[in-house]
Amino acid sequence: MILYDRVSKMYASQQRPALDDVSVEIEKGEFIFLVGPSGSGKSTFLRLILREERPTSGKVWVAGKELSHLSNWKIPALRRQIGTVFQDFRLLPNKTVAENVAFALEVIGKPKAHINRVVPEVLEVVGLEGKELRRPDELSGGEQQRVAIARAFVNRPMILIADEPTGNLDPGTSADIMKLLDRINQLGTTVVMSTHDSNIVDQMRRRVIELDGGHLVRDQSRGVYGYAQ
Amino acid sequence: MRAQFVASEVGNGLRRNLTMTLAVIITVAVSLGLFGASMLVRAQVTTMKDFWYDKVEVSIFLCSKGSDTPSCGSQAVTKAQRDQIEADLESLRPLVQEVFYESKADAYARFQEQFKGSPIADNVTEGALPESFRVKLADPTSYEVVASAFAGRPGIEQVNDQRQILDKFFRLLGGLQLVALLIALSMLVVTVLLIVNTMRVAAFSRRRETGIMRLVGASNFYIQLPFLLEAAFSAAVGAVLAIGGLVLTKAIVIDNILAPSFQFTSFVGWDAVLAIAPLMFVTGIALAGLAAFFTLRKYLRV
Repeated sequence: MILYDRVSKMYASQQRPALDDVSVEIEKGEFIFLVGPSGSGKSTFLRLILREERPTSGKVWVAGKELSHLSNWKIPALRRQIGTVFQDFRLLPNKTVAENVAFALEVIGKPKAHINRVVPEVLEVVGLEGKELRRPDELSGGEQQRVAIARAFVNRPMILIADEPTGNLDPGTSADIMKLLDRINQLGTTVVMSTHDSNIVDQMRRRVIELDGGHLVRDQSRGVYGYAQ
Repeated sequence: MRAQFVASEVGNGLRRNLTMTLAVIITVAVSLGLFGASMLVRAQVTTMKDFWYDKVEVSIFLCSKGSDTPSCGSQAVTKAQRDQIEADLESLRPLVQEVFYESKADAYARFQEQFKGSPIADNVTEGALPESFRVKLADPTSYEVVASAFAGRPGIEQVNDQRQILDKFFRLLGGLQLVALLIALSMLVVTVLLIVNTMRVAAFSRRRETGIMRLVGASNFYIQLPFLLEAAFSAAVGAVLAIGGLVLTKAIVIDNILAPSFQFTSFVGWDAVLAIAPLMFVTGIALAGLAAFFTLRKYLRV
């Protein structure tokens, strides 16, 4: 599903590479924790999957396509197969819950009948039935993140990228969000989640990929959080 | 493509950015209005040239007794000289379209008619005005041919081209048109810069929406289309206002004020307005569209 082949990324403004010779393969249906201290290259790793950046050297394959040779007009098609969730939710404050989710379908030109059918379905999956007409500022942080997950998942992506999705949430709410991400993973979506939350990693016991200073320092199939020696 | 969704995005964008929208509409209206006005002046000069060049003549004034031009030698023109000049003029057909002979008596009568009621008329005697040939040319620009053939010949005091007097006037109008066109062009530059800036502000104020659109895989076209349509809409409103101004100028200033006061000449017709209006509209939309397109390419990249 995702393959990194000796990928390095240099930013023009920095001397040290953000990613240095990283090779990793992620299978379809896996649940991956991406851990490491701030500045270790986690965000760059995720941005490369979305083709928001191109690798300086090496190759990134996503869903059977090699991204550095993907022409610009094909990028939208790639991103339609990838859902994305952020720490800060990134909802539109002037739209309701249902409108926020529908927006993701409207802007890729889905027909209205399709939207009217799938938006209530996905809101039920994330447990927000009955809150369709609320606005983001009327929701708790956990509920806002559920809306964001609904928006990322409504198009049934093959991959879900979550960049510290529990970073702004308390432990109880975080656990609920993790249950939701786990459920989405059970439905067949590959999940790649970066996090600083050791409790979550330790409880879930999934594959852990650890980055430090741009290097891949650990790739453990049923890992815990703690840093590699 | 969801037309309704795009339309509502455009409406929202215009409303949220109302002051900038109004600024764009007004500058587009003013710059296109000036542009149209300068085109109208040009059409007017063409109309007047057609009208007047049809009426202008080359005048060949013949010597009177006492003319101190060297070719006269203080002697009045003889009948032989006059007949020779007339024959030579006739031989220049078809370049020469018509030839009239105006005697001293004819010239005096016409002078009295032109300056009726003015004290000048009383001070001029019949003998003071020269006799002349009035030559109408098939092509008024070929004056030089006639001038070189007749100027300085015995019996001819002077060859005059009325067109030269008109040309000074047309040059003045042409200068005015050029000034209007230069102002219009600089205003169009201002308009383009304003649209570029408006698009930047719009793209910035909606970066949340466009950021999400990029992430969920909306195409560039879909992301940029609402912005492009907003720019085109503002330009279209401005162009319609400018065309309205042009129509009012034609209906009120030209037809109701200038035309009744200056009946000796003709003015541009509605056909000129009809030709200029689409040009204004297309210029406005194209400029706005291009300005928006190149700005968005820079600020809304995938």
